[in-house]
Amino acid sequence: MSANASVRPRVAVHKFSSCDGCQLAFLNLGEDLLTLASRVDLVHFAEAGPLDADAEVDVAFVEGSVSTPEDLERIQRIRARSRVLVAIGACAVSGGIQGLRNGADSASWVARIYDHPEAIASLEHSTPIATHVAVDFELWGCPVTGTQVLGVVNALLLGVSPRDNADKVCTECKRQGYPCVLVARGIPCMGPVTRAGCGALCPGLGRDCYGCFGPAESANTDALSAQFARLGLDTQAIARRFQSINSQAPMFRQAADKARAAGNE
Amino acid sequence: MFNETEHTVFLPHDRLAGLLAAIRAGGWQCVGPRVEQGAIVMAPLAESEGLPRGLQADQAPGQYRLGADAKQRYFAWANGPQALKPLVFAPQETLWRVARGTDGALTFEAAVPDAPKRAVIGVRACDLAALALQDAHFLRKGWDDVHYAARRAQLFLVAVQCAVPAATCFCASTGDGPTPGMGYDLALAELDAGFVVVAGSAAGRAVLQQLDLAAATPAQIGAAREQGDAAAAAQTRRLPGRDLRDTLMARLKHPQWDAVAARCLACGSCTAVCPTCFCHAEHEAPALDGASSHHAREWDSCFGETHGHLHGFNVRPDIRTRYRQWLTHKLAGWHDQFGRSGCVGCGRCIAWCPAGIDFTAEVAALTGAPDVKEA
Repeated sequence: MSANASVRPRVAVHKFSSCDGCQLAFLNLGEDLLTLASRVDLVHFAEAGPLDADAEVDVAFVEGSVSTPEDLERIQRIRARSRVLVAIGACAVSGGIQGLRNGADSASWVARIYDHPEAIASLEHSTPIATHVAVDFELWGCPVTGTQVLGVVNALLLGVSPRDNADKVCTECKRQGYPCVLVARGIPCMGPVTRAGCGALCPGLGRDCYGCFGPAESANTDALSAQFARLGLDTQAIARRFQSINSQAPMFRQAADKARAAGNE
Repeated sequence: MFNETEHTVFLPHDRLAGLLAAIRAGGWQCVGPRVEQGAIVMAPLAESEGLPRGLQADQAPGQYRLGADAKQRYFAWANGPQALKPLVFAPQETLWRVARGTDGALTFEAAVPDAPKRAVIGVRACDLAALALQDAHFLRKGWDDVHYAARRAQLFLVAVQCAVPAATCFCASTGDGPTPGMGYDLALAELDAGFVVVAGSAAGRAVLQQLDLAAATPAQIGAAREQGDAAAAAQTRRLPGRDLRDTLMARLKHPQWDAVAARCLACGSCTAVCPTCFCHAEHEAPALDGASSHHAREWDSCFGETHGHLHGFNVRPDIRTRYRQWLTHKLAGWHDQFGRSGCVGCGRCIAWCPAGIDFTAEVAALTGAPDVKEA
């Protein structure tokens, strides 16, 4: 896909189990969306209009987790028809907030919540896209940002590997000049184990990062759990810090399990 | 320095605003202490804005809290998370731009540094020592960084003697404080009624001349000097020597590196708040239309995985090797590069470590020398 290609690359945006927030990262691009539309051929993007879910494409962006029997079959079809597949957002890369049902008795919830539980077809687990098919690139975040999406599109248009940033949120927080909320106010910020990408949005507003971009590289969850304990969090509270948007990301799940196990000792 | 051999004047507290006005009249924008999110940050000061008064910065490993200073002084806070570094070595900036013409030819254009005339009020001795080290790196003859140089040349520095060191301070042991010794335009020592002031440059003298201040009395000068000595004596943390190069390089396999790696978050906060750390990463940021790009530079850290990437392998794959790189570069490698240690004893890496790792305690564990002064 060179920048001078006479044929515009074909792009699809698919949705699985999700809130649609990551698709909004495209729609919120404003003027950049028009530029993007002039450089690629958006053949399927239900939020924006075009509908051709079965089209063969160069790049498929996939939002959402695999959560229903229908999802299982559909992701295989999309993979077979896409040259490059990019999973976008917490649901697609870790199973998302709905992954909290993994390991719980979700059938009993369904029975209690819905008048017609027989109408609900849910898999026992909510799983990331990469559990089912090969994924070429993952964008973390809940939701992903326009900058991330554009970065990937741009790199693919230029024929280079997208630039990954697995550093901690702290690196962005410090570049912005925000005083550390954990140090200055003693609140249990997840920034030191969470992947950058948001620009330290929450610490910039004086609150703690809650890990919506998932685990960073070399995330030392043991060390952060120990610091949370020193700040006065009990083991349940520590477990909950890791059991949020990306509860099924292995590093966060293990940290939560470890905290709960310590509480049961 | 505050002694009888220099022309030293006295600025009463109620004339501090006059000093700021005189600096502004010289064309400088004033940057000084302001309280943000529970910490002292250095930020642009509006003309109507006074300096915060009666604040102390209580610091411990992994902890920073603002407290009250009973004497209602302006500069009883030892420091905040940053001082001069972001003002000269920008956290993020564009170095150059490139555009592709219709004929396909590339045109390169250097980015013009954003370098306003800035006066920084409340710089500490450790900050000045750190600035000298940053100068040695960024202004190295023949390799000077134009962006750093442009901003550096526009600085007017109003230093303040530290009378109330934080528990995390150890500048006395590195020889860099608590009384400013060099590199300032004006230096202040705050007493109960006002400031003993000395100029360190022609620009500083020109500002002072506008104020028509009385000479400081020998008693005031003596009080300032004694206050500095007392602040040095009050520091409890220390490094065991000013040149630990050989001691540390002989301990690269010490078990303490594993012990600290278990506690270290590898978040890079220490390197970001360190006033001498200068590592950065550069990357290309192409525009979506495919016709232009800018070359961006941003602060990087030896605690990140990508910092250790070499072709085909990573030289620092784990937290142990990253922490070791940071500490041994700071206290050993710096001697080879710059002729002194890279630590100025500000203690920021201790207070602003989210895991509360105490740099001086790690050095003590590695060298076997105590990190606290014997009684």
